[in-house]
This record gives sequence, C-alpha cells and structure tokens, in this order.
Amino acid sequence: MLQQLDRVEGLQRINDFVVKFANVNGSGSASANALFAKSILRMGITATPRNIFPSNIQGLPTWYEVRISDAGHMAARGGGVDLMVAMNPQTWDQDVRSIEPDGYLFYDNTKPMPLEKFRTDIVVIGVPLTEITNTAYKDSRQRQLFKNIVGLGALAALIEIDPAAIEQLLAEQFKGRDKLIAANVQALHMGRDWVRQHLDCPIGLTLRHADSVGDRIFIDGNSAAALGAVYGGATVCAWYPITPSSSLAEGFIRYCNRMRVDKATGKNNFAVVQAEDEMASIGIVIGAAWNGARAFTATSGPGISLMQEFIGLAYFAEIPAVIFDVQRAGPSTGMPTRTQQSDITSCAYASHGDTKHVLLIPDDPFECFEFSALAFDLADRLQTPIFVMLDLEIGMNDRLSKPFIWSDSRRFDRGKVMTTQDLEDGKPFGRYMDVDGDGIAYRTLPGTHPTKGAFFTRGTSKDRMARYSEEGADYKENMERLLKKHDTARLLVPPAIERESKFPTKIGAIYYGSTSPAIAEANLLLEAQGIHMDLLRIRGFPFGDEVSRFIEAHDSLFVVEQNRDGQLRSLLINEMEIDPKKLVKIVHYDGTPVSARFIASAIAAWLAKGAS
Amino acid sequence: MTFMSKPKLHHPELQKNSLGYTRRDYEGAISTLCAGCGHDSISAAIVRACFELDLPPHRIAKLSGIGCSSKTPNYFLGASHGFNSVHGRMPSVLTGANLANRDLIYLGVSGDGDSASIGLGQFAHAMRRGVNMVYIVENNGVYGLTKGQFSATSDKGAKSKRGIVNSDEAINLVGMALQLGATFVARSFSGDKGQLVPLIEAALKHRGAAFIDCISPCVAFNNHDGSTKSFDYVREHNAAVNYLDVIDTKPEITVDYAPGMVETITQHDGSMIQLRKLDLEYDVNDRVSAMTYMQERHAAGEIVTGLLYADPNPRDLHSHLKTSDLPLNALQEDALIPGTAALTAVNAGLR
Repeated sequence: MLQQLDRVEGLQRINDFVVKFANVNGSGSASANALFAKSILRMGITATPRNIFPSNIQGLPTWYEVRISDAGHMAARGGGVDLMVAMNPQTWDQDVRSIEPDGYLFYDNTKPMPLEKFRTDIVVIGVPLTEITNTAYKDSRQRQLFKNIVGLGALAALIEIDPAAIEQLLAEQFKGRDKLIAANVQALHMGRDWVRQHLDCPIGLTLRHADSVGDRIFIDGNSAAALGAVYGGATVCAWYPITPSSSLAEGFIRYCNRMRVDKATGKNNFAVVQAEDEMASIGIVIGAAWNGARAFTATSGPGISLMQEFIGLAYFAEIPAVIFDVQRAGPSTGMPTRTQQSDITSCAYASHGDTKHVLLIPDDPFECFEFSALAFDLADRLQTPIFVMLDLEIGMNDRLSKPFIWSDSRRFDRGKVMTTQDLEDGKPFGRYMDVDGDGIAYRTLPGTHPTKGAFFTRGTSKDRMARYSEEGADYKENMERLLKKHDTARLLVPPAIERESKFPTKIGAIYYGSTSPAIAEANLLLEAQGIHMDLLRIRGFPFGDEVSRFIEAHDSLFVVEQNRDGQLRSLLINEMEIDPKKLVKIVHYDGTPVSARFIASAIAAWLAKGAS
Repeated sequence: MTFMSKPKLHHPELQKNSLGYTRRDYEGAISTLCAGCGHDSISAAIVRACFELDLPPHRIAKLSGIGCSSKTPNYFLGASHGFNSVHGRMPSVLTGANLANRDLIYLGVSGDGDSASIGLGQFAHAMRRGVNMVYIVENNGVYGLTKGQFSATSDKGAKSKRGIVNSDEAINLVGMALQLGATFVARSFSGDKGQLVPLIEAALKHRGAAFIDCISPCVAFNNHDGSTKSFDYVREHNAAVNYLDVIDTKPEITVDYAPGMVETITQHDGSMIQLRKLDLEYDVNDRVSAMTYMQERHAAGEIVTGLLYADPNPRDLHSHLKTSDLPLNALQEDALIPGTAALTAVNAGLR
C-alpha cells in the first residue's frame, strides 16, 4: 500500500475539522482551493477559508486553511491542523509539525519522502499526483493546472465530498465551455479513481450533507464594500494600489462595468483614476466631493499615513470624503499580507491639530456592504471624512454572510446643500454658520448661481462667512462647532450591539470588526467553564451612550483587539473618561487572525488570577 | 444650471460684455500681495481674459495650492467658487473637481515652489492625464512667503538677495509639460500684458491640459542684480516666438501685423488663434521641435515666450474615461443605484 503509514488510528470527525493546503505562490492552486471550500458549502456545511500568503508574486509559500464547522464557527480555530495537504517541499518540516496528534498528512509521493521526514503520531497518505498527471498530460501547463484538480479528486474521495457538488460548480464556472468542463471532470475522476483503487476510503475525517449554510452568500469584504459603494452612489474613485485594499477599488471597477454603464450611450456613470500616490488619491476624492460627487479612496495603513495633511483639510474645510482602510500589520511596511486592527488611533485622530473623525467598523461582508453605502450618506450629511475600517481578514477572505439587502425606495441623503432656488429665494448663506444647531453648516456647489453663494474654500482659519480670519474668537467658534458636529455624528453612526449572557453577569467583553466570530466561539468555550459574559460589539466612532451604559454596568471588562497597544481601549478611555483600570486589554497582534482559543484562555487566565 | 446674467447697477460708462457683465464683475478681493508684485498683473490678465471671452464667472472654478501665487484666486473672480488647497496638491483637487462636473471651467493657479518642488509629481500627472484645465504657474523662482529661499525653478548661478548663489539645476516646467503630453503649452511674462491676455484666452478655449508658465518677478526677494527672474533680466532675455489674437467666433476683429507672419489655428470649439509669428520657422503644432527650439534658445541664454505648442484636436481625461456627458455630480439615484433586482442576482451568484 504505497506510502500509507497506518501507524495510528487517526482522528475521527464528521463536519468539524481543519484542512490546510500548503502551496507555492503562483502554482495555480487558488482556483482548486476555492473549489474545495465551495463544494463543502454546497453540501450545506459551514466552511471558512483563509488565504495565508506572502508579499510575493511567484515562488514563495502560501497556505489556504479551511475551517469546516457544522456548528457554524467561522473564526480561525487556533492550534494545529487536522489534515495537511503538503504540496510545498519548501515548507515541509513546518507543515508536518503543524498537524494535530492523530491528524492526517496528504502529500504527492511521486518521489517518496524518507521515513524520518514524517511524524509517528500522524496518518500519512501518499498519492503520486505528479506521476498521474505526467502520464495523462503532455503539456507542462496542463500538468501543473490539472495536478491541482487531480489532487482535489483524491481528497474528495478521502473525506467524501459529494462529487455532484464539485461537478456542479465546475459546470457553473465554465458555463458554455463544455470541453473545459469535461477536462476538469476527467481530472477529478483520475484522482478519485486512483485513491479508491489504492487506499482505504474514507479516512476518519468525513463530510455529510448538513443544513448550516442556509441562504447565506460567500464573498470577501472588499468586494462587498465595493458593491456598497456602487449602491451608495459613488461616482468617483481614486486609488493607489496597496495590499490588502487593491481588490476593493478593482471590485468597484468590475461592478461598475457591469452595472453603471449607460445602456443607451455606452458611457460610464462613474470615473476611476489610479492615481500616482495616496496623496493624489485623497486629493482627487476631496476635489470631487467639493464639487458634489460622491467619491472614495481605498487604502491601507501606509496610505492613511500619507493622506494625513489632506484629511485635516477635509475635516477643517468640511468636505465629504469616504476612505476605506483595509488594515494590515504595521508600523511602516510591517507585514503587508498579515491582518491587524492597528489603524484605529491613526484614523480616529488623523492629521495635525485637534481632529476627530467618524469611523464605521463592519464585521462581515454584509456590514461591509451596508456601512459602505451608509458612509456616502454620512459623508454628505456631516461634510467630513468617513473612515470604513476593514482589515485583511475581512477584506481578502471569502466568507459566509447574510445576503445583501436594499430597498428601492431608499434615497441618498445629500446633506445640506443650498440649491439655486434656495439662493434665488434669498435664503441666507454663510458657509460656516450653524443655522440648525447641529454643528452642520450649509454648503453650495460651484456653478450654482451667478451672483450668490460663491465662497472660498481654504485650510486656513476663517469666520462663519468663510472669510480668512486669524481672530481667536472666530477660530474658537469654528472649532467648537466642529466638536458639536462630531457629537451629532454620535447619533448617526451604527450603534454598538449588545449580546446578553443567558445568566446575569458582571463580566463584559468589548470587541469590533474581524474579532467577531472568534469572540462568539470563545464565549461558548468560556460558558462551558462556567464563565458568563455580556458582549458589546462596537460598530462606529464616536461612541454612543449604549457604550458608556455597558461599561458602567460591568465590573470586569475586557477589550479584545488585534493590535499591540489596545487602541480602541485607549479611545474609550480618552473619549469617555473611563478609569483605565476598568478596561482589561486582551490583544492578539502577530498578524494571524485571532482565535477563540486565544481569547478564551486569556480571559479565563485573567479571571483565575483575580480570584487567587 | 447656467443662469443668465442679471444686470446690476454699474457706472454707465463701464463697458459691458455680451453677458452684460463689466470688468468689475470679474474682480475679487483686494490683493494683499506686495505693491508691484508680478502676480497682481497676472490676476488682472485673468480678469480681462474672462471678461473678453464673455465667460459667466460662476461657471469657473479656481483652485490653488499654497504660497503667494496660490493666494491670488481670492483677488479675481469673486463670484466663482475657489479652493485654496494644500501645498503642491492643487492638481489632484482640480482633477477630482473636474471629474465631478465636466461642465465648469477649471483654472488652476500655482507657483514654482508649489508646482516644481513639493508638487512636481502632481503637476506631472495632471498633465499626462490630460485634465481639461488652465494651469498657470506664477513663476518667480523664489519662496516669497517664507522670505526669499531659492525655488526649484531658480536658475543655476542665480544670486539670492542675500548673495547666495544657487548651485542646483533649474527645473524647466515648460519642457516637462511638453514631454508629459500637455496639449497646450505656453510661456509668458507678467509684465507683457499684450502677450499674456490672449494666451490665457486661448488656454481657456482649449479643451485639454493647458499650461502657462508665467515668469512673474518677486519685487521683494527676486528683483535685484544677479536674479534671473527680475523685471530687467526677463525683459532683456525675452525671446518671444509669437504674439496671438484669440478670435472667438467674432470674425470682425482685425489684426494688425505684417503679411506673411500670420498663422491661424482653429481650436476644437471653433474659436481661432491667430499667431503673429516673430520667428517664421517656428511650428506651433510640432511638439518635438518645440522642445528642441526651447532648449536651443535656453542654451543661448534666452527665455522663450509665446505659444510654444498647441494640439488642435486635444483629448481630455473624460474622453479617455468615457464618462457620461451629464456631469457625474448631476446623476441621480435612477442612474446610480442598480436596484434590488440586480442585487438579488448578485446574491444568487454568490452561493
């Protein structure tokens, strides 16, 4: 029986395990990997994949980890892998090390590995993928691509993926190209047949049709946010490529080409400029929004650093702007392809001088879509930059999410813009005059009226009529009004969501963004230990009253974040006058997504320490 | 949205243009620049050009960066929206504004510090994108607001007021604009109203990236012996290739020049530029020879002025991007929101 070293029993699990593919970047593995995850979803089982990739185009190792959980857990599980598909000799040792005891190792044994390269406490499955494909195909590119599909066929037989699910996906993917479908199915069968002929199938990890997916959709957060920008009425996008945000701007282009080209004229109801840098990107956004178009840029931490001066201008001159920050590990270039929530401070207080900005923090693709569309309304309403805070974990990984919803009766909130008629009717206009008492002044767009409403926009201090002024009183009045406007924003950003424990408790946890699935699962792990927590998910800044109420109502409070310094915790302390001792920092910042196990053990350890 | 002009009370003797506006209607706040500053002459030239072209002031958007030159939009076109942005970044703000509403006229005013130093990148990219605008650099070779430091257009060997000699090579913005694909490139001198006003008019009629490098002596910090941007120096070294007249569908204008020295260029909107050529060999439609000519005269110590290059059929950023004829800022929900049916289809494709 070739290389099957059946020295241990092997894990026995149904619909609840972790499979990890170790690949070489640029080897064409991505589409086979996606097919693997999607076919499991089609069986009704929750599967959550994560790309773990280097800052490289070709040659370096990449991994694709899929958590399969019928219970619906979508966070990184943490700990080892149950089935390692080791296709990259370069990372062999670390891949073998990462397998759970009694776990499985799947590898291409065309050139068998020496025995000392294995562990004795795992099950090794060898399939000669290269030999199979080299026999069947002459062309080297075909050999490479179909090897991935042959491997998928072999795996499908080993863990019992429904072949109909894979074949259906292939049929959809290559619709209209029957030859391609047939070739892929043939490769799939090649792998399956070899395994069935030579190995005992299935192994201890198996899949059964289930019902934990429902009507949910499977999409990455960047695409969801891009679609939200289309629905939110964005017409101008200016961007500079930067991982992990590039796919957001590219998604906008893709959706616009599909949905925003005027059928009658063939002309575009949008404009996208790939700018020369992030400063130009935000400059274009500010210019467009000053002129009444809905405009956005997508970037990551280094881009936010570069945009600081312009962000201050937009804040002080009060120009709408939407900025998507898909966060990655900083500082500096940091780890460009690893996830973090480490731009909270730099966005909340972006630019020199006294500034405070509005942040929206989605936790899944559904909210990426919602908050993206909302951001354009808020930018117009508040006439200020709105930051939508994604991160690599949400932005670049496909995940299950509630389907997107929209109401055809929904209208844009264009905010306070004086029309030609308003001016004609003699409605008084002072660009920085607080007429309504909410800190938001009326603006006019260039070209509106021949004699009324023109003003000079500037980053210098000015009086309420937009005239240059260095008078302390004018400056202070303006700054106080900006603070009032920020307070108005408190009522407009999505409120924090509380999830109460089944039992009354004085323990609370505060979290946001991509930490969501891990905390939900950690909560279950802690409940099993008798620790009950109320949960509060922050979805925006400035914080609403519900946040202070939650903090007042609990004695032990954990703020769980994916950065070193506890940036949201600092923001809570700073903005709500909270005693720092009241907020315990639970941080995970090594660039990998936080896991339930990490959170649960950190909280349990802290509570145990307190008890002793 | 264009409103017809409303007659205001004017001194009966003030001349009106076809819209009923007087020159006064194109003026702005009182300048706070130094008395005799070249920039004020450029502002006056802009006022005159807009008046003569019968442009409704409110349909012009004026944008600038930071510096003495960038303060000037406050001193002309008081009925226009203005945007004094951040240092060196006017081109991006103007680009965005232009994308939002293609129907307005965009006038970008910048200086040599703003465009050749901190903003060199944005200057370059706005030119190569072909943003439909008039981009004027009020070039005095010096940082005025910070009291007289050299700028990147200061000539090598030029002497500052404090006697320091500049050892860095000067950046030639005209040469860059030509190389980067600007479709209208000119240089002029703030002290030469006869040349500057028609150049601004022609640039305003041009539907593409129009660049005017306007030498504008700084009376406070760069008008002394040893300066290569002083009034005296520029007058002595000015080598004008042409003077022009802009004929905006008013063929009755007669032009006074010697026969055999005239060349007519018809712009895309039908208006005509008549060049009174001083150098008979100079071909204003030839980008490559414009670059060569300018470099040759520069080597000979001359400052070439006039219309150096014009593409009679320019394409602008909107034509590259195929944007809708209706300005993007005028599009409403029906044109922008794909609706629930489309979203349902998106959802279905994601399962």
